[in-house]
Amino acid sequence: MIDWRGCPADPGKLAGQSRANRGADVMKLQVNGKEHDVSVPADMPLLWVLRDVLGLTGTKYGCGMAQCGACTVHLDGRAQRSCVLPVSRAAGHRITTIEGLDPQGAHPVQRAWTDLDVVQCGYCQPGQIMAAAALLEEVPKPSDADIDAALSGNLCRCGTYQRIRAAVHRAADLAAKGERS
Amino acid sequence: MSAAGLSRRTFLATSAAAGGGLLIGLSLPDGLKRLFAQEAAPAAPRPVPNAFIRIAPDDTVTILLKHSEMGQGVSTSLPMVIAEELECDWSKVRFEHAPANIVYAHTVFRAQMTGGSTSTWESFDQLRAAGAAAREMLIAAAAKQWEVPVGECRAENGFVIHGERRLRFGELAAAAEKLPVPAAPKLKDPKDWKILGRPTHRLDSAVKVTGKAEFGMDVRRPGMLTALVARSPWFGGKVKRFDAGKAKAVPGVVDVIQIPSGVAVVAESFWSARLGRNALEVDWDPGSMAGHSTAAQLEDFRKRVQTDGPVAASKGDFAAAFGKAAKKVEAVYEVPYLAHAMMEPLNCTAEVKAGSCEIWTGTQFQTGDQAAAAKIAGVKPEQVKVNTLFLGGGFGRRANPRSDFVSEAVHLAKATGRPVKVVWTREDDTRGGYYRPMWVSRVRAGLDGDGKPVAWAHTIVGQSILAGSPFASMIKNGIDETSVEGAADAPYIESIPDHRVELHSPESPIPVLWWRSVGHSHTAFVVESFVDELAHAAGKDPVDFRRELLPPDSRRRRVLDKAAEAFGWGKPLPAGHAAGIAVHESFGSVVAQAAEVSVDNGRIRVHRVVCAVDCGPVVNPDGVEAQMQSGIVYGLSAALYGEITFRDGQVEQSNYHDYPVLRLNEMPHVAVHIANSDEKMGGVGEPGTPPIAPAVANAVFALTGKRLRQLPLRLT
Repeated sequence: MIDWRGCPADPGKLAGQSRANRGADVMKLQVNGKEHDVSVPADMPLLWVLRDVLGLTGTKYGCGMAQCGACTVHLDGRAQRSCVLPVSRAAGHRITTIEGLDPQGAHPVQRAWTDLDVVQCGYCQPGQIMAAAALLEEVPKPSDADIDAALSGNLCRCGTYQRIRAAVHRAADLAAKGERS
Repeated sequence: MSAAGLSRRTFLATSAAAGGGLLIGLSLPDGLKRLFAQEAAPAAPRPVPNAFIRIAPDDTVTILLKHSEMGQGVSTSLPMVIAEELECDWSKVRFEHAPANIVYAHTVFRAQMTGGSTSTWESFDQLRAAGAAAREMLIAAAAKQWEVPVGECRAENGFVIHGERRLRFGELAAAAEKLPVPAAPKLKDPKDWKILGRPTHRLDSAVKVTGKAEFGMDVRRPGMLTALVARSPWFGGKVKRFDAGKAKAVPGVVDVIQIPSGVAVVAESFWSARLGRNALEVDWDPGSMAGHSTAAQLEDFRKRVQTDGPVAASKGDFAAAFGKAAKKVEAVYEVPYLAHAMMEPLNCTAEVKAGSCEIWTGTQFQTGDQAAAAKIAGVKPEQVKVNTLFLGGGFGRRANPRSDFVSEAVHLAKATGRPVKVVWTREDDTRGGYYRPMWVSRVRAGLDGDGKPVAWAHTIVGQSILAGSPFASMIKNGIDETSVEGAADAPYIESIPDHRVELHSPESPIPVLWWRSVGHSHTAFVVESFVDELAHAAGKDPVDFRRELLPPDSRRRRVLDKAAEAFGWGKPLPAGHAAGIAVHESFGSVVAQAAEVSVDNGRIRVHRVVCAVDCGPVVNPDGVEAQMQSGIVYGLSAALYGEITFRDGQVEQSNYHDYPVLRLNEMPHVAVHIANSDEKMGGVGEPGTPPIAPAVANAVFALTGKRLRQLPLRLT
């Protein structure tokens, strides 16, 4: 665990870091239904607060510039790239990570992923699943075009795309039938 | 082929010398792998059930994986092999990565490693024997307890049964463990298989859909620090001086430490380390890469490819036959350096204590990394505990004979006395080297009056992966087999009486490594594109032309025919669409792919791919299908986008915005047809990659009349 409270906050020591790391702020974060007090710089990306401070390592680092989607979480139910989201902008919002998507790990998207053996290396899949779950919240019966639009920002180097498409359709069916667990 | 003279004994001797204590070389050229596999096969491996199988009192069966799970599905397929013989309850099967230990060495390569699309076939007999031995020990334990003859008992679905009596495996495990291991356990008749050959759900889904799967990147140790390393922007460059002052002033930065690969900023978290490294000031001596450009290097390769080089394959008199040919075709093909770009950037965590060292990482090469860590930590290899985590993709990058990403972590753990995780950013990973080499190929062929090829020459220019590595002694007479695999043994040249394949291996400070399908990643593009050119020059259909060159009963021809038939080759396609095809053998398997493409505003769109594969006996058909889809996507990313280039000696690309890979909206529909053949078992991790680039390029030619001879494929 990191305690930033004792760290120096002299901007003069941080030449070249105009916005970064001007010292720690205490913030309240609501993650997966639990409140956490964190003491981190306001512009530290949410991704690293989740991973390094709260120990929630299910959310992945892939690119650090919102190019790959491995870090996708929900902010008030909507998909967000946590690698470029300053933690200060997540405070006061409902944050959901892959660990909190479903208490039993049996969200329709997770069940569909398992049914169709989508995963390969698995590194991108928390992000894929969070993006798919957010899509289904907005569009319960998505077309292929809807899926392309919602998930093309999530890269997979193992090439699971075809099964992802099929699994999103299956998840929509499971959700429609109310088969949550 | 020039490889034929190298015996297995010679190989073991040379690689033992070259590897400095390592038992064996890692990168066997594909042809050699098959050669050794055939030689190695007859000796039945000694069953070692205790190394692979743990049975708990609650009947849970834990299989220890000798190979690393990097997406290819070994955490399901290897347990399937054991469970089939063990007769356990499949629903009770779990898995763990094995520790580093010689008992888990590759049966052909003699080192613990994952690569070369070998995991299933190299361990198949060994794991079957382990499962069968354990089954016989459980039966013997039950028979002893019941005081009945062993022959009256049988095992089924996790029980040993005698008449009406039954005992659970969990009840028998402790007693069974104390019994002698049978030397030659009886294997099941394949007709009685209940698990092997059936589509089977992955065992790693549950942890991977819930975020619980632990990758190297996710390792957390008490008191752990995180380090980012500033490495030279020029390969081979050196630190002239550095000023740690500003980096150390960043909150959370603990230390700044110079290590052989650069200057490390060690901090309490990734974010602090990153800010610290941004603030770090380093002056570099660029070394020999200063001023290097891809354009100039390509010009040099283009000159070399016109000259004679060491001969990789030769028969008859090419020059004479080519001179007399009725029609001559000549072309130059070029493919760039490529990064592996796994989703999980490289990382390793290490801890060094007096007399011991422990590492946590996703690696494809436990034996090599263990030896490298031991040398740095000043301990014996067996004092290094290797914890293999899930790999967020490997594709060859995580099997580095130089153990680059592991070494840095051990240096820093030793220097700080604390556990240190070294994380590569995406930019570090893209710019950090160990690329698929850049290749230039010149091919010439002569056709007779009937359009039949009578002369063929192929000259290849590109860096050797083995040169300068611990396995350099594998290069024989100037030929690194990994540079010419798929070209020196191209199927078409067998029927061409006068042919010649030559290789130039220029040196460069740019580090190169195997990249999914290794040499085949360039040779398949060249050979299958050029054969397509010859078909058009002969005025023949590309499938018919290939069929005429391949023996009627050959595996390649059967696979080609299957892909063509399933695709509907020759049938009309939608307006603006065209088809291309390619067939290629690699890693003991033959794959043919037919692609349907269109061009939209100069952009190539791949709509549909039909893939036929003959990999011999199939363990998990669902896994084979996934690996074909995976290989196609990986190959398409390279065919359409992949390119690492240099300017002023530095890599120009950095992240997914300028090193793009295929996205979901570009995914073609892929149909996979798996032969149920009795050929020798081959691999599936890599063979799906080589054919897709030529299949797409051939389709683009059919559509536009433009022959694209460079990757990535560009129409504008």
